[in-house]
Amino acid sequence: MSGFDLDRFMARGTWGHGGRLGIRLHAHEATWVEMALPYSEDLIGDPASGVLASGPIIALMDMTTSLAVWRRVDAFVPHATLDLRIDYLRPATPGRTVIGRAECLRVTRSIAFTRGLAHDGDPADPIANVAATFMLPQGAYPGTER
Amino acid sequence: MKLPPYADVLKAEVERDADGAPILVMPFHDDVVGRPGFLQGGAISGLLEVAAIAALQYALEGEGDNEGGDEGGGAARIKPINVTIDFMRGGRDKTTYASGTITRLGNRVANVVATAWQDDPAKPISAARMNYLIVRD
Repeated sequence: MSGFDLDRFMARGTWGHGGRLGIRLHAHEATWVEMALPYSEDLIGDPASGVLASGPIIALMDMTTSLAVWRRVDAFVPHATLDLRIDYLRPATPGRTVIGRAECLRVTRSIAFTRGLAHDGDPADPIANVAATFMLPQGAYPGTER
Repeated sequence: MKLPPYADVLKAEVERDADGAPILVMPFHDDVVGRPGFLQGGAISGLLEVAAIAALQYALEGEGDNEGGDEGGGAARIKPINVTIDFMRGGRDKTTYASGTITRLGNRVANVVATAWQDDPAKPISAARMNYLIVRD
C-alpha cells in the first residue's frame, strides 16, 4: 500500500489560500501530479483583459510541485519552498480552468528539485513554466537516509 | 492607486512611505494560510507581485508628470515575463508588508526586486526578482 494516499489527502479539498482559490486535485500518477485552478473573476490581475493575476498561478504551482515531491517519496513530510521560478509564456485565457502539472526530478537528503508546467486546456501550448526547490528543515526525505 | 481584484482576496491595501512610494499591507487571515499558522507561499508571492506592480505604476505616473501628459501618465501596460521568489522565513500569524524597488525602468523592460517582511524590514520573509514587459501606448 502507498504511504502517501494523495486522493485521501485531498478528499476534503484544499484549505487556507488554496481553498479560497478553489484549487483541487485533477489527476496523478507515480511520477506526476496535476491540480486544477478554476477561473474566477475575483482572481483577475488585469481588469482590462480579464486575465488571471499571477499570484494564484504561483500558488497553484507551489502546491502542485510540493505534492509531486510527496508523491515521489511516498510520504507526507513538512518541507518548505526554498525558491520558485516561473516564466509566463503567455497570458491564461479568461474563463478557462488552469491545470498545473508537476514532477519531482530528484530528492537528496534535505533538498527536492521539481519542475512543472501550467496550461489552460492544451498541454502543448503551456501558459507557464516553473522550477521549484523544496527543503526539509530537519531529518532526511524518506528513502535518502543512510 | 487601483489594485486588481486579486488584491482584495489577499485583503491587501496600499500605504505610503515618507516619500509617497507604495507599501502593501496584508493582515493574516484564513484565506492566505498554508500549513496551520503560516502564510501560504502563493499568497506571499501574490503580495510581492502586487507590490512590484504598484511600484511600477507609481514610477510610470511620475514619468507622465514629467512629460506633461494629459492623464498624468500611467498609460503603459505592465506584463509579467518571469518571477523568481526566494522564501527565507516562514510567514507568521501577523501583518505582512511588501514593497517593490525598481532596479531599472527601460523603454521595454523593467527589472524589479520586491521584498516582504513582518516585524523588521531588514529580516525579509521572502524576496522576488521580477522582469516586466512595459508596453507604452
